[in-house]
Amino acid sequence: MKLFKLRGGVHPESRKELAADRAIRVLPMPEYLYVPLLQHVGAPAQPIVNVGDKVLKGQLIGASQGVISAPVHAPTSGIIAAIGEYPAAHPSGLTAPTITIKADGEDRWLETAEVENPFSLTADEISTRVAAAGIVGLGGATFPSAVKLNLSRKNNVRTLIINGGECEPYITCDDRLMRERAAEIIEGVRLIRYAVGAEDVMVGIEENKPAALAAMSAAAKNTEVKVIAVPAMYPMGWDKQMIKALTGLEVPADGRTADIGVLVHNVATAYAVRDAVRFGRPLVSRLVTVSGGSIAEPGNLEVPIGTLVETLFDFCGGFRDKPARMVLGGPMMGIQLATAAVPIVKGSSGVLALTAGEIGKVDPSPCIRCSSCVRACPVGLLPLDMAAHIRAGDSAAAVALGLKDCIACGCCSFVCPSHIPLVHYFNFAKGELMEQERVKLKQESTKKLAEARSERIARIERERAEAAARRKAAREAKERAAKEAAAKAATETA
Amino acid sequence: MNKIAHSPHAHAPISISKVMGTVMLALAPATLFGFWLYGWPAINLWAVSLVAAIVGEALVVYWQGRAVRPVLFDGSGILTSWLLALSLPPFAPWWIGVLGSLFAVVICKQVFGGLGQNVFNPAMAARVMLLISFPLEMTNWIVPAPLGSAHAPGLLESLRITFLSQHLDGMASASLLGHVKTEFTRGIGLDQSLAGYYAPLHSLVGERAGSLGETAAVLLLLGGLYLIARRIITWHAPVAMLLGIAIPALIFNLIDSNHYAGPIYHLLSGGVILGAFFIITDPVTSPNTTAGQLIFGFSCGLLTWIIRTWGGYPEGVAFAVMLMNAATPIIDYYVKPRIYGRDRKGVSLSAGKES
Repeated sequence: MKLFKLRGGVHPESRKELAADRAIRVLPMPEYLYVPLLQHVGAPAQPIVNVGDKVLKGQLIGASQGVISAPVHAPTSGIIAAIGEYPAAHPSGLTAPTITIKADGEDRWLETAEVENPFSLTADEISTRVAAAGIVGLGGATFPSAVKLNLSRKNNVRTLIINGGECEPYITCDDRLMRERAAEIIEGVRLIRYAVGAEDVMVGIEENKPAALAAMSAAAKNTEVKVIAVPAMYPMGWDKQMIKALTGLEVPADGRTADIGVLVHNVATAYAVRDAVRFGRPLVSRLVTVSGGSIAEPGNLEVPIGTLVETLFDFCGGFRDKPARMVLGGPMMGIQLATAAVPIVKGSSGVLALTAGEIGKVDPSPCIRCSSCVRACPVGLLPLDMAAHIRAGDSAAAVALGLKDCIACGCCSFVCPSHIPLVHYFNFAKGELMEQERVKLKQESTKKLAEARSERIARIERERAEAAARRKAAREAKERAAKEAAAKAATETA
Repeated sequence: MNKIAHSPHAHAPISISKVMGTVMLALAPATLFGFWLYGWPAINLWAVSLVAAIVGEALVVYWQGRAVRPVLFDGSGILTSWLLALSLPPFAPWWIGVLGSLFAVVICKQVFGGLGQNVFNPAMAARVMLLISFPLEMTNWIVPAPLGSAHAPGLLESLRITFLSQHLDGMASASLLGHVKTEFTRGIGLDQSLAGYYAPLHSLVGERAGSLGETAAVLLLLGGLYLIARRIITWHAPVAMLLGIAIPALIFNLIDSNHYAGPIYHLLSGGVILGAFFIITDPVTSPNTTAGQLIFGFSCGLLTWIIRTWGGYPEGVAFAVMLMNAATPIIDYYVKPRIYGRDRKGVSLSAGKES
């Protein structure tokens, strides 16, 4: 098939060989699981259990709130040990509302509603099951999948693209999933296609995963699913990049993929959809790659949501030597972990313990305007100019150059010979803009409140004056009437 | 725990000093060939130029209260003076090299704010300054006398040439471009002025009077191709510059071959190859985008050809580069990449439109 040309991109050393050939292993159930209530884009789930409650595996413990939200479920059977703040995966070690479960060791599933033939369900039923299972985009975006399904049905999506572009270095969990559970993924893909009524289904897999390509092609044989090899480059897994490569279409900057008739889901999401629709099983575990130069035995683990990162490190033999940096996610977009005592969430594809050599940190030097960043940017931005403006305190100028279109993929920082932390500048400016918008909103609402108040005071005074005038008029009328009556009486008596 | 680090947590194995080092490596063959061709005076001049740049930059940075080591070790000052030395007459006195180097790294670079801040290519600005201020020393070309040959000056003699401005009898010569220009002013056309004076092959391998680096077109070309292969530079600006010279040269040569020299003559003489691959690819003073670099390169070539053909100076590369350096911010303002999901004006694409 003809592929379409892509802009920019980089070819970081893949380092996937560390874990790519390690088969999936199931992590033994840890004693405690820490399940955050916000593991997705949107509103956090609302806890519906109390401390001390007994829960079964797969039982709903946090209910979805609002239009864009997702529920969370108990990843094992046990007792609710705590509901409250717990350190989250955040560079500064911030906490987040979390439900702590003490496992009872039985790992007993809730009674679930299995379906003999999932294709006998209606599209609505499939989407309801996906929503109830708490499935979110497992490629890292963590957007609630059911919301995407419904949106796609409304927009009459024609093309379904399944993203097998695992472009982050080190990370191999999708690769392993495709190699080992291709048939299940394909069933999930076909269910999604059925639910949204798409005509074309394409699975894009990078050509540096020949085993995954072979397994998926075999599983897709005699189905409507086409498995297509795409170039191995970063960020091939960016959904808009995958769409462009496979269809030549570009998603409008102000729009969504549904606007051009395309729906994109990750392979792991398709796998989770199959579990949810066929077995009624919610998303309570995921595959996580544990890798990096400091890890004794890198590997791919099936991990219950809420497991602490340090448990994964320990299971993989601990550290060969003290890591220079721990990262949640891939090295290109992942976040630094201040501590390994934070839980794995639905969007965690990998945990890395990197050596100083792997990070390649060098102190920044001045920009020489080499425009390596301009050539590397997959979006078509001018990172060097944007950073210069932000450095000078002029975020507005950076916005004019397209700051809001930046996807923070890190290509620019990666290639910069001066080692300038470009993405850091951009995220700083984006944060500043959000803060400005917030302040503006606040000012506007304050102004509105103040206006309402002065209006109210004016109205009360007006009403008071009117009331006084009315009373006066009434009194006068009364007096007049009394006078008239007196005069009348006087005339009558006279 | 150390400071919070932002993604990405990996980096391409590249740094400023590696970039500069690779460019120096690409310059080395042509430079060594120049050393062989012009002997010890050329080596002296090259050496004093580099030393002047290092010492001058170190002092200025020290006076600014900045750390000296990182500035010196990025290698940019050394590269600047190296490029300048390659553009000087090989037998020029020491103070030409020293003055030029100091002007380049101190006035043209550090005064503007240091690495990455200069508007004009420092080597070319220094060369233009020297050419205007010291026309005699800057046009005193020498017939090549390779090391070991009969006419080659010895080590002691070379020190006298470089440091005491001693002149060698019988070795003075005009560069090809200078010769042709002079002949033109005497009303002598190309058919006569080039006869016996010009053979393309000689230009190619450097067997004629010229500056250190300008003479070895083949080695410079190879160095440039090496830089493209190593992805230090891209082909856009160099190819555009060569076309910017070759296209008008070809057209006018076809119209009047006695008055206008052909493309081969233009491409292989003067500083064109050095300029195309090593000067206009200076990232600091050239545009950011591929399209911008094509415009920039072509304009550099065209201006070079115009200055050579109708200007007062026989060679125009340095002037052309400086003019286009000044135009770079304007090119960058108007030529920007298209953003994904938007048209060239920055407006969001409408649904379903193929790009």
